[in-house]
Amino acid sequence: MAMTVDLPALEQTAAPRAAPARWSRYARPALGLLVPVVCALGWELVVGLGYSNGRLVPPPSKVFQTIVELARSGELARHILATLWRVGAGFALGVIAGTIMGAISGYWDFAKRLLDPTVQALRAIPSLAWVPLFVLWLGIFETSKVALIAVGVFFPIYLGVMGAILSVDRKIVEVGRVFRLSGPAMIRRILLPAVLPAYVVALRVGLGLGWMFVVAAELIGASEGLGYLLLDGQQLGKPAQILAAIVIFAILGKLTDWLIEVAAAPLLRWQDAFGARGGR
Amino acid sequence: MLALKDVGKTYPNGVHALERFSAEIPPGEIIAIIGGSGCGKSTLLRAIAGLDRASAGSVTLDNAVITSPHAKIGIIFQEPRLLPWLSVADNIGFGLADLPADIRRERVASALARVGLTDKASAWPRELSGGQAQRVAIARALVPQPEVLLLDEPFSALDAFTRRDLQDHLLDLWADARPTLILVTHDVDEAVVLADRVLVMRPRPGRLFETITINLARPRDRKSELFDTFKRRVLTALDRSLDRSVRDVTDKSSAGEAMWW
Repeated sequence: MAMTVDLPALEQTAAPRAAPARWSRYARPALGLLVPVVCALGWELVVGLGYSNGRLVPPPSKVFQTIVELARSGELARHILATLWRVGAGFALGVIAGTIMGAISGYWDFAKRLLDPTVQALRAIPSLAWVPLFVLWLGIFETSKVALIAVGVFFPIYLGVMGAILSVDRKIVEVGRVFRLSGPAMIRRILLPAVLPAYVVALRVGLGLGWMFVVAAELIGASEGLGYLLLDGQQLGKPAQILAAIVIFAILGKLTDWLIEVAAAPLLRWQDAFGARGGR
Repeated sequence: MLALKDVGKTYPNGVHALERFSAEIPPGEIIAIIGGSGCGKSTLLRAIAGLDRASAGSVTLDNAVITSPHAKIGIIFQEPRLLPWLSVADNIGFGLADLPADIRRERVASALARVGLTDKASAWPRELSGGQAQRVAIARALVPQPEVLLLDEPFSALDAFTRRDLQDHLLDLWADARPTLILVTHDVDEAVVLADRVLVMRPRPGRLFETITINLARPRDRKSELFDTFKRRVLTALDRSLDRSVRDVTDKSSAGEAMWW
């Protein structure tokens, strides 16, 4: 009986609460868009009204127009594919090497003491300092670029995997021991799931660095790729082309990061994520 | 029969945690181990579980010497230690990986029903209350049907009502297959409610001080006078165990300590 009396009251309080929740779901990201959109429209207006010629800082419509032109001529796809291939190959190599080395160092104390100081010392070198050496060793074509990206990706992955393994809760590992898991079963059933959240974070950081280094690699010398578009735009005085390349970098970077997030989401549903409920 | 013979433990850092602990525990008996901090209770339990090796003496279960975790020995820790990436049902079935899926599912389902958490089968551990989580831990330990179940202060992190609830529930579950229970606790009430025998330990180094048999019929009434009598007896033994002027009851080598003061 008490339930039937309570129900209408509950609905009353629930209804007005749901509306702001739905509103804020769209309003919150929209709020973040406000500043860039106002700036872009403002600039468009300033150029449109003739207060500025917009030669060095082209208005958004000009940038968009450049992207469309590049896309129509097929140039854009060629550059994007070249860059994507480099990032993909470098990222894959860096992830493989970083995961293996990180896992060995995290799992095996002797290996950590043997290898970690060297890796940490190498990490202290600004990665761009490798460029001349890589060009000498590997030539100026694809190999040296992929190697540079792989080096950039390697370190966050290595550190992430090693740190994640080292911080696996001993008490949870003990549960595995109580149930007498074999070595491989312990890795598969306890260590891998325990390490996964930190690994996904490491992958995302690594990918971010991969995008950073592909620009560096392509600025050094390339005949195609988004980095080449940047350089070409500078040398030929086409700021719209530079901005177009930057915009596409931003879109691709966000998109690939989102792909990792989406791919990992079903495996991480168990986490009590801060962001899962719209993160207050 | 679980036999502990002169079990001793000295940690690598020189801490002498446990000295010459001996006891024979027949199948189905419920033992409570009680004592002040640093009296080696948990050390003893971990040695029986095979998680840490004793540095002296031996633990044997039906003539098998225990040096590493054993299929017939389960343990429940102070924290539930559920695997956060597995659902409640998968946590309970964690120790049954070798069984065919249908038998596993059946056993997990009946265990869930037994601890009253059927509606939480597909919940994540983070969605459980402390008491519910500990019930899942109990189910997980019981599902492989151990002969000996060790409990290391299993209810100490829970509030008084939940604790009392789970103590009764544990006895209920115990009655199903009657495994040997060895419970480490610092709660006199808990010891007297659950145990057939209470082993009182004394610290530095941890050793057995006194054994008190609780021959009270179950279910035990916490408010009865007899219950209070037993509680008082355990409390007295505890007080005496911490009083350094009192010689060990079971001791043969306390001459040095008698002269200590």
